[in-house]
Formats: sequence, C-alpha cells, structure tokens
Amino acid sequence: MSAPDAPPGPAATSAIRLDDVRIAFPIKGQSTYEAVASTSFAVAESEFVSIVGPTGCGKSTLLNAVAGLVKPAGGRVSVLGRPLVGLCREAGYLFQQDAVMPWKTALDNVALGLEVAGRPRAEAEREARDWLTRVGLARFADRYPHQLSGGQRKRVGLAQVLIRHPKILLMDEPFGPLDAQTRQIMGTLLLDLWAADRKAVLFVTHDLEEAIALSDRVLIMSAGPNARIIGDHRIDLARPRDTADIRLDRRFHELHRAIWSELKAEVVKTYGEASA
Amino acid sequence: MSRWKLLVLQVLVGVVAIAAWWIGSSVKIAGVLLLPPFFFSTPGDVFARVIRMFATGMVWRHLGITLLETALAFAIGAVGGIVFGFWFARKPTVAAVFDPYLKMVNALPRVVLAPIFMLWLGLGIWSKVALGVTLVFFIVFFNVYQGVKEVSAVVLANARLMGMNERQLFRHVYWPSALSWMFSSLHTSVGFALVGAVVGEYLGSSAGLGYLIHQAEGVFDIAGVFAGMFVLAAFVLVIDWAVTLVENRLLVWRPQSALLNE
Ligand SMILES: Nc1ncnc2c1ncn2[C@@H]1O[C@H](COP(=O)(O)OP(=O)(O)OP(=O)(O)O)[C@@H](O)[C@H]1O
Ligand SMILES: [Mg+2]
Repeated sequence: MSAPDAPPGPAATSAIRLDDVRIAFPIKGQSTYEAVASTSFAVAESEFVSIVGPTGCGKSTLLNAVAGLVKPAGGRVSVLGRPLVGLCREAGYLFQQDAVMPWKTALDNVALGLEVAGRPRAEAEREARDWLTRVGLARFADRYPHQLSGGQRKRVGLAQVLIRHPKILLMDEPFGPLDAQTRQIMGTLLLDLWAADRKAVLFVTHDLEEAIALSDRVLIMSAGPNARIIGDHRIDLARPRDTADIRLDRRFHELHRAIWSELKAEVVKTYGEASA
Repeated sequence: MSRWKLLVLQVLVGVVAIAAWWIGSSVKIAGVLLLPPFFFSTPGDVFARVIRMFATGMVWRHLGITLLETALAFAIGAVGGIVFGFWFARKPTVAAVFDPYLKMVNALPRVVLAPIFMLWLGLGIWSKVALGVTLVFFIVFFNVYQGVKEVSAVVLANARLMGMNERQLFRHVYWPSALSWMFSSLHTSVGFALVGAVVGEYLGSSAGLGYLIHQAEGVFDIAGVFAGMFVLAAFVLVIDWAVTLVENRLLVWRPQSALLNE
C-alpha cells in the first residue's frame, strides 16, 4: 500500500506534479532552513488527494509552492502538464489563515473573483448570492469579516475560491476552526460540489479521519526539517460518500489503522522535539 | 454608563470649572482675589464678549477664514501625503534614498517655517495653508505608507492568485488598507491643519481666530483672549464631531474595539 517517493505518473495525465521539489527558507544569522526535502508526487485530473502530517512539517509550504507563492530551491512543479512559471493562475487556493478582504462584505468578497475577471457587477453579485447560499451564509451577505465567526469566514473564503471555477483546488485546513459536526457537514458539501465538476484537489488537514473520508489518496508527510512524503495510500471507498456514515465502514477502519501507524511515529517525533 | 449619565457628568465638570473660576475672580478670600481679573478676566465678561462677537457678526468672517485655511491645508496635505505615501511604499529604492531627508524635515519644528512662508507667500491665507500642509502631509504620508506596507501577506497573495493586475490590486487591496490607516489618524491630521492655520494667523495676518487672539493680547484685553480661545475650542469640537461622523461611515468594516483603542 505504502510507496514512499513513488515515481509520479506520466505528466500528461497529472493536474499537479512535483519532481524532486526542495524548499528552503533563508534564516537570518544561520544558513537556511531546509523545510522540504526532495519531494515527488502527482495529483491526477479529477483526483482528490489529501496530505496529512505533524504540525510544522511543511504542508502549507508545499501548497504555496504549487500556487507559485514560494519558489522551490530545486526540482520542478508542473501544473496541467506545463512547468509552473510565476503564480499559478489555474489554482483556487483556500489559505490556512484568513485571506478574505476585511474591508469588503461577505457578498463583495465572493463577487470579487468574478469582478476581477471582468464580469459585470450585477451578474457577479447574483452568482455570489448563489454561492453564499450554497455554503449556508445567505443571511450573512452584508456582514463584514470581523462580524463573522472563524468558520463563517472560512466558508466565505471557500465561496470566493469556488465561484471562479478554478481548474485545481488547493485547500489548507479549510475546516480547521469548525466543530466536529459542522466539519462533517462541510465535508459532505465539499464532496457534493466537487462531484459536480471533479477538479483536482490537493487538501491539507490535521484530521486523518477527514482525509480518509474525503480523498482518493492520502499522502503522509514526515516531520520537518527535510520533510518528505513517506506514505501514499489509495482510499478505495466507494463514492458517493457520506462523510459521517463512512466512518462506520469496516474498510475505513482498516485504512485508518494502517495510515495512523505510520503517521503516529512522525507526530511523536515532532512532539518529542517540541518538548525537548 | 448610560448616555444621559455621561452627559450629566460632562456638564458637571464644566460647571465646576467655571464656578471655581468665578469664585476665584470675584470673591475675596482672606482679603485677596485668587484669580485677579486683570490676568484671568471673569466668566461673565468672557461670556458677554463671546455673545457680542456673535451678535455683531464680526466673528463669522474670522471663523470662515480659519475654516477655509484648515480645509485647504488638510486637502492639499492629504493629497500630497497619499500620493507620496503610495509612491514610496511601492518603490522601496525611492523610499530608501529620501528616508533621511524626510526624517530631517519632519523633525523640524514647523513654527520656524512660518516666517519663511510669510516671506514667500505673503500675509494672506496661503502662508497659513502652507504651514498646515507641512503638518498634515507627514501624518498622512506616514500612515498611507504604513497602510500599504502592512497589507496582510495572505490577503495580498489571495488577491494576486485571483488574477488581479496592479490597478485592481490598488483599488481592492492597497487603497482600502491605506485609507483605513489614514482615517485612523484623521482626528490628528485635521487637528494639525487647524493648528497650522491658527499659529500662522497668530504670527502675522489680518483675519482669522489666531489674529483675533493676537489682537486682544496686544492690548492686554484678557477677556478678548479668553473669548477667542473659547470660540476656537468650540470650533474644534464641531470639527471633531464632523470627523467622527465621516470616520464611522467609512470604517464600518473595522472591528469596533480597534476604533475604541485609538
Ligand atoms: N517564511 C518562512 N521562513 C522561515 N521558515 C519558515 C517560513 N515559512 C515556514 N517556515 C518553516 O517551515 C516549516 C513548515 O511550515 P508550514 O507552514 O509549511 O507547516 P505546516 O505543515 O503547514 O504546519 P501546520 O500544520 O501547523 O499548519 C516550519 O518549521 C516553519 O517554521
Ligand atoms: Mg499549515
């Protein structure tokens, strides 16, 4: 099941492809911090891939590299078969931190993606209302971000990203600030939205159960520095899935046990370092 | 605290202060006046003088001149500060080259510039406007600069990934952020515009509130000085109230606590 550093499939079929990508951060006074060491993997078109790994291992850094926000120190990132140059315009990126504009209402924030693309205001607004309804925020259209809860802001961010219909989706712990029940509801919602047009998704989460419930594949990242992908598990659970019910499935438990046994060692490593 | 209770307390402070002034200037304690009217005037005289200033209508012209100078100083200083603030924030090399000179000019007490401006621009309103501009410009400049620099990296990355070009980034990201910083210092910059106008008038002019006060001082007319100061203070309160209204309208998106903290 597990195949560390497996050679990625042919470039033609991958939405996202990383070849030997290394990422280092310059640190004042010291040399550099080697966050991510030689990493290769690919996400096929219409594939939903999750990355799990201990905190601080480099998951966000990896997504930033795919988005073109961080330049790898080595290796190559390709998106839809072409080497990535500059920012990745095909990607919709839901950031780990709040990225909505604090000076715009929920509605304006969601409509922004379309307005920027040159769509008329009225049309953008109508579609934005649709999307706010879809993420359950129809009543909050006129609120400013500071008047929304953390989870509501995340959902505004989700609508803001999805309204542009990006070809690939990068999501960094999108349901982080939500309670367990809402997480499952949002997970099911995400799967429904995804099923409609099956974009390639690269999804980062701390929550292994969530990763298994949503994904086609779960990648395990080792603790940093020099983090790598150390596990690649195919999730052969039938779709469509209900993210709550699927957790009762026997196969779900088998997968969970197998992945967790690998992940646990890395989490313990990070924790050991932090408390040492 | 309820609104009414607050208002009552506010009024009470004023009443107590005026009562103390009145007692000090008109009731002999152990044979002496604590506040001799020659130096401190009396509340009654000052009040009568204020009434007369408005009754004869002479004060309106001076108020108008001061208001005009304040408004011009603010507008010109703000536009300059915004333009240069943006320019410097987006062009770090320019900012680095001019940095020591800006600090130098900003450290200069502006009062010393007043005579130079009078020499250059005459005794009319423009020398006062210029003085106000030198004060307003730097406040707005530093705030706009900060506002552009302090845009959250994540918000900026999000905007870029959305496909914004430079013009759209300016409109949707840099401008609102800079504006919020500028408005957070609006009270200060409007206040400084007024300071520039009044100080300029005080040092040499033929109209305005500063001129009125200066005239009264020239003849030891203490009631006149105090009356001028009261009119000026009331004028400041009105302007400040107007600024608050503008601010509340334009900064609705900001958390209330952040507004309260400033
Ligand atoms: N700009 C930077 N400069 C220096 N080091 C950085 C920078 N950004 C990230 N790092 C380091 O790189 C490592 C990976 O960070 P990253 O944010 O990718 O972690 P993460 O896996 O997303 O963690 P979490 O699950 O807590 O979000 C961390 O050790 C972090 O300290
Ligand atoms: Mg992260």
